[in-house]
Amino acid sequence: MGKTITEKIFAAHLRDTPTPDNMVLDIDVVMCHEITTPIAIVDLMDKGMDRVFDPDKIKAVIDHVTPPKDSKTATQAKIMRDWARRHKIKDFFDIGRNGVCHALFPEKGFIRPGYTVIMGDSHTCTHGAFGAFGAGIGTTDLEVGILKGVCAFRAPRSMKVEVTGKLPEAVSAKDIILYIIKQLTVNGATDLILEFRGTVIDAMNMSSRMTLCNMSVEAGATSGVCLPDKVTAEYLWPFIQEEYNSLDAAVEDFQRWHSDDDAVYARTLQIDVSDLEPQVTYDYKPDKVKDISELVGTHVDQVYIGSCTNGRIEDIRAAASILEGRTIADHVRGILTPATPAIYSRALDEGLIKIFMDSGFCVLNPTCGACLGMSSGVLAEGEVCASTTNRNFNGRMGKGGMVHLMSPLSAAAAAVTGEITDPRRFLN
Amino acid sequence: MKNFGGIATFIDRDDINTDEIIPAKYLTEITKQALKPHLLEDLHLEDGSFDPNSEGIQKASVLVTRSNFGCGSSREHAVWALEVNDINVVIGESFARIFRQNMFNCGILAVELAPEDLDRLFAIEPEVRIEIDLEKEWLRATGRDGKSVECGFSLNPFDRKLVGAGGWLAYADQQY
Ligand code: SF4
Repeated sequence: MGKTITEKIFAAHLRDTPTPDNMVLDIDVVMCHEITTPIAIVDLMDKGMDRVFDPDKIKAVIDHVTPPKDSKTATQAKIMRDWARRHKIKDFFDIGRNGVCHALFPEKGFIRPGYTVIMGDSHTCTHGAFGAFGAGIGTTDLEVGILKGVCAFRAPRSMKVEVTGKLPEAVSAKDIILYIIKQLTVNGATDLILEFRGTVIDAMNMSSRMTLCNMSVEAGATSGVCLPDKVTAEYLWPFIQEEYNSLDAAVEDFQRWHSDDDAVYARTLQIDVSDLEPQVTYDYKPDKVKDISELVGTHVDQVYIGSCTNGRIEDIRAAASILEGRTIADHVRGILTPATPAIYSRALDEGLIKIFMDSGFCVLNPTCGACLGMSSGVLAEGEVCASTTNRNFNGRMGKGGMVHLMSPLSAAAAAVTGEITDPRRFLN
Repeated sequence: MKNFGGIATFIDRDDINTDEIIPAKYLTEITKQALKPHLLEDLHLEDGSFDPNSEGIQKASVLVTRSNFGCGSSREHAVWALEVNDINVVIGESFARIFRQNMFNCGILAVELAPEDLDRLFAIEPEVRIEIDLEKEWLRATGRDGKSVECGFSLNPFDRKLVGAGGWLAYADQQY
């Protein structure tokens, strides 16, 4: 019987099978940020277990609230910083070099096909875009990961999500994943891995694949994954060129992680995107999704472009294509947060930051910021935000606020008009 | 092993997320006790039937809810917020994966019941007391009027080991 990519990754990392359905895996990358890690560090210290299994396999960043907004967040950052120094964790990213974890770590080449990746953050599924197994975990799992380099999961079952058709103009990976979540509902993929396949995925760049995998958890999935191919190899080439004679050799090697033709899937979902419209959420769950035409005219107070879902250079370019030569509506507060310093710098070089600023946007440093309502861009009661982030839970961006999730193009269109607007109105 | 069960409180809604269980603004805390006053602070049910400051929640050791409880963020703070309020069992139709794992990793129980059985629990006259027999994988819920409902459940054998060991850190420290 054939195996899926995830079954192959699990088999290659198997440390223990405490029961036939439970697998303890060796972990290649344990990622840490300052919201869920300090409490793990403090707990390990209290227990006399302040050790790390391998400082080179631990990657740490301060990203959620940075620079700190108050004494408590400053303390969290300090605990992380002191810990990283104490254990000689060289891949530690502090102010000036820090960015949103799921954008920063891939950019540094830390994620490779076939890897196992964990982090105390539910959007760790993003890294499946590289043909890896990336899963969000809680603090206890993180403690064990830091200490022992292992993590337990149930034997993986996968859902094949086959995306085909011709992607219409102004429709992006964000629209596709919102549409998929709508089909699956918020728990339709619980305990499953979403394996994204099909011609539309094959044609996507890494940025789009990350957007897609990033939101897998919003359907309850353990992770999302794309098969590693030439696109993956090209992205990783600066980091892997010592290991392979040629790009083709890397692409060929990556094929050992491809799912077998006779692999078994718990379920298959077929999506033809040829007639897909831009998608937008309404209400307080990420499966409450409508075609944008149904929500056109909804008033917005704030537009937020950023996050691990859509804060990469491709997203900033897309939004800038609408903002160029236009100003945002008087009543709108526009906030751009490039996800990493490299993205910010690139956007400066390409003149994109100027386009945003000329249109009336405020440009922030790389951080999670408003995405989780902890800093820089929190909504007041009754306010509405058009956002490129991944969660619209009640109170997520501030108590009493409403978040409509959408693509960068749709968010830019909303900024210009001050209401939810079909971005196709601004094209050509 | 811990004793599980006790007075139950009921929340009749699917998809209660971790932002509702403990809002992100409290994630700056670095002790579990600091979460105590904020459990379910942002949860609003459409019919207004839930009050986070009610006696029900304060006296409860068991929380009974519907499907996909604990979806959203991976924050274990959601589990700790329950734990420091002495809630050691959550019963529902299903759980989000990370939340469920966090519960067992802390050595406490996430019990999945069939929707029909849950309906029977929701129908019991308050105040409900729930007894749990882990060995037999069986529970009994008794209302104020003395009427009771019994039903079986099944635990993943590994999750059972974690509960026995007092959580994943203790288990992993012994084994790996
Ligand atoms: S950008 Fe938002 S979703 Fe992504 S890691 Fe930060 S807080 Fe989480």
